[in-house]
Amino acid sequence: MRDFLELKDLSVNLEGNPIVKEVSLCLAEGQIGCLLGPSGCGKTTLLRAVAGFLQPIGGEVRIANCLVSDVTAVLPVEKRQVGMVFQDHALFPHLTVRNNIAFGLDSLSRKQKDRRIGQLAELLGISTHLDTYPHKLSGGQQQRVAVARAIAPSPRILLLDEPFASLDVLLREQIAREIRQVLRHEEITTLLVSHNQHEAFAMADVIGVMREGRLVQWSTAFDLYHEPATPYVADFVGEGVLLEGRIRDDRSVETCLGTLSDGSRHGFQAGASVRVLLRPDDVVLDDDSALTAEVAERLFRGANFLYSLILDNGSRVLSLVPSHHEHPVGTRIGIRIEPDHVVVFPENQVVPD
Amino acid sequence: MIPVLVIVLCTLFSIPVLTLLTSLGASSDGVWQHLVDTLLLEYISESLLLMTGVGVLVLVLGVLPAWLVTMTRFPGSRLLELALVLPLAMPAYIIAYTYTGMLDVAGPVQSLIRDTFDLSYGEYWFPPIRSLGGAITMLGLVLYPYVYLLARTAFLEQSVCVLEVSRTLGASPRRTFTRVALPLARPAIVAGLSLVLMETLADYGTVQYFGISVFTTGIFRTWFGMGSETAAAQLSMVLLLFVLTLVILEQWSRQQARYHHTSNRYSALPRARLTGWRSITALLYCGLPVLAGFIIPVVQLILWAVETWALIDTSAFFTLFFNSLKLAGLTALLGMGLALFVAYGRRLFPTRPVRSGFRILGLGYAIPGTVIAVGVLIPFAWFDNTVDGFMRDNFDIATGLLLSGTLVAVVFAYLVRFLPVALNTIDAGLGKIKTSMDDAGRSMGLRPMQILHRVHMPMLKGSLLTAALLLFVDVLKELPATLILRPFNFNTLAIRTYELANQERLAEASSSALMIVLAGILPVIILSISISRSRPGNA
Repeated sequence: MRDFLELKDLSVNLEGNPIVKEVSLCLAEGQIGCLLGPSGCGKTTLLRAVAGFLQPIGGEVRIANCLVSDVTAVLPVEKRQVGMVFQDHALFPHLTVRNNIAFGLDSLSRKQKDRRIGQLAELLGISTHLDTYPHKLSGGQQQRVAVARAIAPSPRILLLDEPFASLDVLLREQIAREIRQVLRHEEITTLLVSHNQHEAFAMADVIGVMREGRLVQWSTAFDLYHEPATPYVADFVGEGVLLEGRIRDDRSVETCLGTLSDGSRHGFQAGASVRVLLRPDDVVLDDDSALTAEVAERLFRGANFLYSLILDNGSRVLSLVPSHHEHPVGTRIGIRIEPDHVVVFPENQVVPD
Repeated sequence: MIPVLVIVLCTLFSIPVLTLLTSLGASSDGVWQHLVDTLLLEYISESLLLMTGVGVLVLVLGVLPAWLVTMTRFPGSRLLELALVLPLAMPAYIIAYTYTGMLDVAGPVQSLIRDTFDLSYGEYWFPPIRSLGGAITMLGLVLYPYVYLLARTAFLEQSVCVLEVSRTLGASPRRTFTRVALPLARPAIVAGLSLVLMETLADYGTVQYFGISVFTTGIFRTWFGMGSETAAAQLSMVLLLFVLTLVILEQWSRQQARYHHTSNRYSALPRARLTGWRSITALLYCGLPVLAGFIIPVVQLILWAVETWALIDTSAFFTLFFNSLKLAGLTALLGMGLALFVAYGRRLFPTRPVRSGFRILGLGYAIPGTVIAVGVLIPFAWFDNTVDGFMRDNFDIATGLLLSGTLVAVVFAYLVRFLPVALNTIDAGLGKIKTSMDDAGRSMGLRPMQILHRVHMPMLKGSLLTAALLLFVDVLKELPATLILRPFNFNTLAIRTYELANQERLAEASSSALMIVLAGILPVIILSISISRSRPGNA
């Protein structure tokens, strides 16, 4: 697979303030990438630079190996063949659904246009609404129309800016799954922006975590969760705690919960003080275990309980337990540590905020 | 109690239109038939021509500049964004007098042409200013700001995303304007256009001066020339039919505009910087209406005022000034109070009758001053005669004119016409005070009067002032109703300007005219700034 979207050291300023700083990333043809980060991290600015609304002050953007943006020149938005879906859908209120979708299809004949619209409407399940106006549609339907409109002209890249943020939570994952299928079906290379990790996990092949304008890690959802590159990523993606530890040898680390190892090398000197990431699914309930902890807090999550446990030395760990194991706050329970991945950070690298 | 008062007020304010309605059945001793046979067709066709011409002109002058100053930056664009509203301060009759003075045969422009080319009158062609074309130009130059203002508000409220989506779908900026921005703004533009056309129908000063036979001049001629108040009232009803169509058009467009609302999320407008010939074209296009509709006439008025300074009878001028001040101030205060009362009435008692009353009171702005004057004079004269007759018969006392020919009649007519201005301003201000704020105040132990004093009044102060100011300036500018209803020998700045202009003493009219224009600038600026600020993310 060739790299279809390529950003090289891209930097973008807004009104003189650096917002995106030297971001490099690649998406292969047909891949779905997601930029994940809190609001204000520069992800939307990055997306707008890819779309061509903003000119970079450094670096370059290539689409299908063609240079489209650099410091000297920007290919106008309308010539880039990028589709974009905005958070508020931005449907044209004066046009019917059909004409919204047809907006970018001027170059097609009437017959081809009708066929394309029919095909997309079918794919996105909006065939019955083609002749209604946007204000009569529900949020989910508007979302589908916005996607249909954006992919109708078969753009080379599709950009989605917080596409599901305005939908209610119940609808979000369902629509995300459906739209992912459509994008797969149409084989469209897609870059989306989100502050919601569940959305990112549901949609994307590759996820990039952004912080203060920089891309901290660019990898699969699985790796982000299990092998975060920094404590920031560990904290932003999923839950967990950092325990103090000391390196025992090149494959294991000593903590108050015993010696932890996943069999791989961690690259620290023996004896170094470190912090070890412990995810809630690494801490398993075990009534026979000698290791016990006190239940400080618990959150009922339907299928699971998320227990917050206090160890004897006062540190806290989280544990995700099937919800038929019910233990009131204040009781002591036996636990066992089963880490599939032992993630070790240097001691001075602390989680921000 | 309050709902009853609102409805009483509403009934009282409906008297002029109800009077005209009853005139439909009355006999005019053949004058009406005479009108139908001779002049009515001319009134209708000339009015339609005038409306068409003004309509086209205001669209040309209003829409594109609104887009340019909202979405682009070019030298002077920020200043023009505000300045484009200035002609609103210029009453149509004053700009008509000024340009006539400049462009007529004896004016400086034609004199210069004659001197330069050594021609005498009749040897060259010059567009006659006193013509339908002239009236269209004058009205268009001062009325386009309605379209400009509403179009600009519409463009400001459009979601940037909608425009950006259009670009990502392959549409160039120009296509985005014609296919997305313009259709989205269309309801607002149509609403602005219908306001312009209402003002065009209401105009008396310009058409009278240029000798054009439209409804307003026809009503004057029928009443004071043919002496038939019934026929004048009947002609007013025909005019009201035209107005009604426009009111319906306006309200319908405002309804449509709500469906064309794009987003509640705003990001800063990405204003494209124009360069080279584009920026010069934009500057010229946006600068021309301001130049022709405001700067040139104001400069001319100033020149005349300086020239005729010595001729001014200072004490007479001060009498004019104080008469205007008295009328405008009185109406502003009364109007503000009434509007506040009605707006609160609807907030506290939003029952169907109160809401209908509110809407009926809000329609006065559409009724031409001439029509209101006719509708006020007839019932007031009837009232005076009846009381006078009764008192004479029973007590042998002649009460004479109690209402008609007094300031009561004038102020009442002003209120009927201009109350909607105050009503809308105050109602908008009141709308910003959410009922949850009242509840919050109550929960913190404030009594209702304290809430009024400590929450409502501070929040409403701005709207109240704006309402009073708008009323004040509208009254200052008003001509036809004042002309018909004023007490004998009671002159105002507007009346004096009209009289002097009609005696062809244009230069001498300038100082009164200038006062009216200068007073008019203030609310226009306030209006313009408040609209700029209305858009979130447009700091």
